[in-house]
Amino acid sequence: MPALGFLLPNFLGFAIFSALPILFSLVISFSNWSLQKAEPFAWIGLDNFVELWNDNKFWLYLANTGYLMLGMPVAIGGSLLLAILLTQKLRGMVAYRTLFYLPTITSGVALMILWKALYNPDFGPVNAVIEWVFRLIGLHGVEAPKWLTSTYNLLGIDVEQLRLTAKQFGLGARDAIVIMGIWIAIGGSNMLLYIAALSNVPQHLYEAAAMDGAGRWARFRHVTWPQLAPTTFFIVVMSFIGGLQGGFEQARIMTAGGPAGTTTTISYYIYNKAFVEFQIGYASAIAWILFIIIFGITLLNWKFGSKALND
Amino acid sequence: MNMISKVDHRAQPTVGPSLVEGRGTPTRGGPTRGDACVSHLSMEPRKVGGVKRSWWQRQGKPAFSHLALGVMALTMLAPFVWMLLCSFKPLSEVEALNPIPVSWQAGNYSRVFQEIPFARYYYNSVFIALWVTFLQCLTSAMAAYAFARLRWRGREMVFRLYLATLMIPGVVTMIPNYTVMVKLGLLDSYTGLIVPAAFSAFGTFLLRQFMLGLPRSLDEAAAIDGASHWRIFWDIIMPLARPGLITLGIFTLIGNYGSFFWPLVMIKSECLRTLPIGMLAFDGIYGRQTNLLMAASVMNIIPLIILFVIAQKHVVKGIQLGAVKG
Repeated sequence: MPALGFLLPNFLGFAIFSALPILFSLVISFSNWSLQKAEPFAWIGLDNFVELWNDNKFWLYLANTGYLMLGMPVAIGGSLLLAILLTQKLRGMVAYRTLFYLPTITSGVALMILWKALYNPDFGPVNAVIEWVFRLIGLHGVEAPKWLTSTYNLLGIDVEQLRLTAKQFGLGARDAIVIMGIWIAIGGSNMLLYIAALSNVPQHLYEAAAMDGAGRWARFRHVTWPQLAPTTFFIVVMSFIGGLQGGFEQARIMTAGGPAGTTTTISYYIYNKAFVEFQIGYASAIAWILFIIIFGITLLNWKFGSKALND
Repeated sequence: MNMISKVDHRAQPTVGPSLVEGRGTPTRGGPTRGDACVSHLSMEPRKVGGVKRSWWQRQGKPAFSHLALGVMALTMLAPFVWMLLCSFKPLSEVEALNPIPVSWQAGNYSRVFQEIPFARYYYNSVFIALWVTFLQCLTSAMAAYAFARLRWRGREMVFRLYLATLMIPGVVTMIPNYTVMVKLGLLDSYTGLIVPAAFSAFGTFLLRQFMLGLPRSLDEAAAIDGASHWRIFWDIIMPLARPGLITLGIFTLIGNYGSFFWPLVMIKSECLRTLPIGMLAFDGIYGRQTNLLMAASVMNIIPLIILFVIAQKHVVKGIQLGAVKG
């Protein structure tokens, strides 16, 4: 069987580093395995999952993960808008596209360190601009946001009790990360996907719509948007999958998960449990719950998405 | 997508198995035109006959588009410009609100090399990224050949297994892999950093898509001439699959150059630190010296920008190929 020889190197690596670890992590999520604890190894059934259910931190971190995904619609809408602007016959389009893609290509530690400096309340340019605007419009005595050190948020969520309160209303660490996320994502791969999709909308559809006297908005609403639906669907599904796993680098590099745990996401929680506290069993349980959440949301997306696509 | 890039998903294409398969993607089949960045699409209908286009269409709309794009471009560029300017400031000016340095300190750049082994970080990042890229392209191409060009029992099932693992979050496999590395004594070694990243279900998927598009008559003709499978793979398929390989190579290179999660848990000693890990340590110790941090950041991202500007055609193609074809 000649196929075996070609497949084997990859398949071995795949089995050792992907397939078997997935099963292995499911198995050890039913154990109390720790790399540090003196306590002997034991199978503890569903105890990890019960503990997780009663773990208030887990629910806070899940809410944080959701909060950081609030920028998604803005980023996706912005990508579409940029793609529409970029698919016109104008000069300099490749240069624009390259510029917009820069944050995606460079995102990572260097960018996070940069944004940490940008948000610095003492010397960061973000607050310098905000304070300048405040002075310009005559707002005195209003403080600029404290960004990465503030628990304030635009929804007014109280961290301690997980409820809404006017006292927490404002701009804080989570909003800072959301804004940075939009800045990174808006000109990224989603924009490129929309450009490709827009280029493939059959021109005769627009001509037919124009014959029927459709205006600018009607053409977008009834030709462009439905033609882009499969791409939008793909982008939404992938954004959910990425978003639910996200927030690790931001937390590790910019905020250490703080203040008061408001920027700790599920993936940063797993990292801390597994690689700082070495509670391998418990961390695996959280990782599997995260997988189940991702799987469930993907199924939901699929169900409602295919309905919307078929309409 | 390998286990590392799944968590560390920057610079990776946000692609996976096409989720839009069988839904009649309008993009399917046709050439992807996005990379030319010009298209026949205009939100305006073409005017039939010699009807004069309005002022808005001739002048207003392009001007408006350039204005909107220009504002966006400035927003994207401003943080980078601030970083560049700050990297030339003396420490005493870092907290000044004026973004332009009064006295320019190019020496910040050489100071970075004196304060930390920055050249070593460069070397480690590039060394690891090149090895991972080479191994990933080779193993992925071989597996893709088996999936796309050979017939064997269980092929579809094994391929589905590959696709299924793409859905699983990287952290799920990260924990067992870490414990295995601890047991094998590969923690804090080049091997431990390279080998787990050398196999990629995503790369296999991408190259399989590419190889499926090559005409089958080539293999058949070569087989009649008595060429072995290895010959066919190496002399016929690989040269034809070069665009796909370049795309995968660039993604892998960029992704692993900036890889964060796996090196973070694997590296303990200073001489093994890659750029991201070294930058993080630098940030921890020299956190107040923003000018040096920015100089290091500039040096960190410049190779990426150069690589992208050179290879952007392939990057754009790859993103569209990965998402469009099922």
